[in-house]
Amino acid sequence: MTPKKKGWKEIPIGGACWTPTTEYFTGDWRTYKPIFDPEKCNKCLLCHLYCPDAAIEWNASTEEIEFNYKYCKGCGICANECRQGAIRMVLE
Amino acid sequence: MTSTKQEIRALNGDEAVAYAAKQCDVDVVAAYPITPQTIIVERFSEYVHNGEVDTEFICVESEHSALTACLAAAATGARTFTASASAGLALMHEILYVTSGCRAPVVMAIANRALSAPINIHCDHADSMVERDASWIQIYVENSQEAYDSIIQAFKIAEHPDVLLPTMVMLDAFYLSHTLESVNVLADEAVRRFVGTRKIPLVTNHEGRLVPFKLDPENPITIGPLALHDYYFEHKRQQEAAMQSALQKIKEIHNEYEEISGRKYGNGLIDPYRLEDAEIASICIGSTAGTTKVVVDQLRAKGVKAGLLRLRTYRPFPSQDIIQALENVEAIAVMDRSHSFGAKGGPIFHEVRHLLYDAQTRPQIVDYVYGLGGRDMSPTLIHEIYRDLERIATTKQIKTPVQFIGVRD
Repeated sequence: MTPKKKGWKEIPIGGACWTPTTEYFTGDWRTYKPIFDPEKCNKCLLCHLYCPDAAIEWNASTEEIEFNYKYCKGCGICANECRQGAIRMVLE
Repeated sequence: MTSTKQEIRALNGDEAVAYAAKQCDVDVVAAYPITPQTIIVERFSEYVHNGEVDTEFICVESEHSALTACLAAAATGARTFTASASAGLALMHEILYVTSGCRAPVVMAIANRALSAPINIHCDHADSMVERDASWIQIYVENSQEAYDSIIQAFKIAEHPDVLLPTMVMLDAFYLSHTLESVNVLADEAVRRFVGTRKIPLVTNHEGRLVPFKLDPENPITIGPLALHDYYFEHKRQQEAAMQSALQKIKEIHNEYEEISGRKYGNGLIDPYRLEDAEIASICIGSTAGTTKVVVDQLRAKGVKAGLLRLRTYRPFPSQDIIQALENVEAIAVMDRSHSFGAKGGPIFHEVRHLLYDAQTRPQIVDYVYGLGGRDMSPTLIHEIYRDLERIATTKQIKTPVQFIGVRD
């Protein structure tokens, strides 16, 4: 997902950020990926509330939750908190 | 030589440093007093009180905070100065790395003092030697005149866009910090013209625009945030490149300063004394060089081909200059005013000896650890070292590679 990394001659000095942090895809860190089962979901949105990376969004048109895999680090908190067992963690 | 008009003032080393900083139009000083550096910030706070400088003086509760305040001020583009010593510098340790990592060109004077315990306020180089890896430029001076001159040069070196590294100038506790000396000072105007205003390079910001490398609400940037295994190493590699480019800049700025002052210290990196045809030589930093020059003169008068190599710049380490300077020397004694406990000798010995591995013909080399906690280094002791060198040069045999001189058995 993240483009090719730059060399030391290309980046600004002093750690100055040359891209906004939104373009730093922390989803690259993920080992386990959350998979959503809409059949089991009761739309309580506990997963959305608990996600520490705001990577679970509510899609109003489909009336389903959606994972933003660009930023989901795969911590598994959503799967742990889901009372319905609607989220399972799968090795990437 | 186009040296400008100067006047002679009776100043001790600390006062000479404060006077130089006063003339450099410093924007921010944040400091915490510690012997033997205290006079520097005392004098500077008087300048602030008397309205002689346009400087924000921040009184803080510790050295950790002092350097943090300086780093933050420097990150906004301000010219920044502080001073410390011994335990104070040790307390700054963490922020030394943050300062260089953020490429904040803070200038700091260090009155070299021993580290506790036992508590000792006198001179040795342990406090700054442990910080040699912190990516700060390190300049060690021989006398108060050089302390004055080096502070002025330090601002120009640190702030140079090809360098942008914090710089510390070391003066020996009490030998220099508290000893009155006739110091030639330049006119305020000449110093201001020489140092100029701080030039801020441009960097690409998070929107892809080129903006000044400073914290500015009009052109916001982030300096020194998180960089993990993916980018930390690249930033450290940049710092090494900056250190290498500093080697040349220190020389250039030293030469420019000679033009306005008429004073020079070797080539700015190393300061050899009667070394051209020397067969035996010692290597040292700081005020001991002054005493050693007297000894070298006495030996020369007796026909002994003795010389001295004083290292003025310790970081970046002037490897090429040292190799060239020692080319024809047969036996070398390094004098270390600090020790790496458990290692084979002190830090200067480690580096010089390591360097000579690449020399065409390797000279004999020994280390003398001396003067810890302000133990005097007398001409008698230095004569003893040169006598040992004469013996080594003749016999080509080293009995003890590392010795502690001036300590009671």
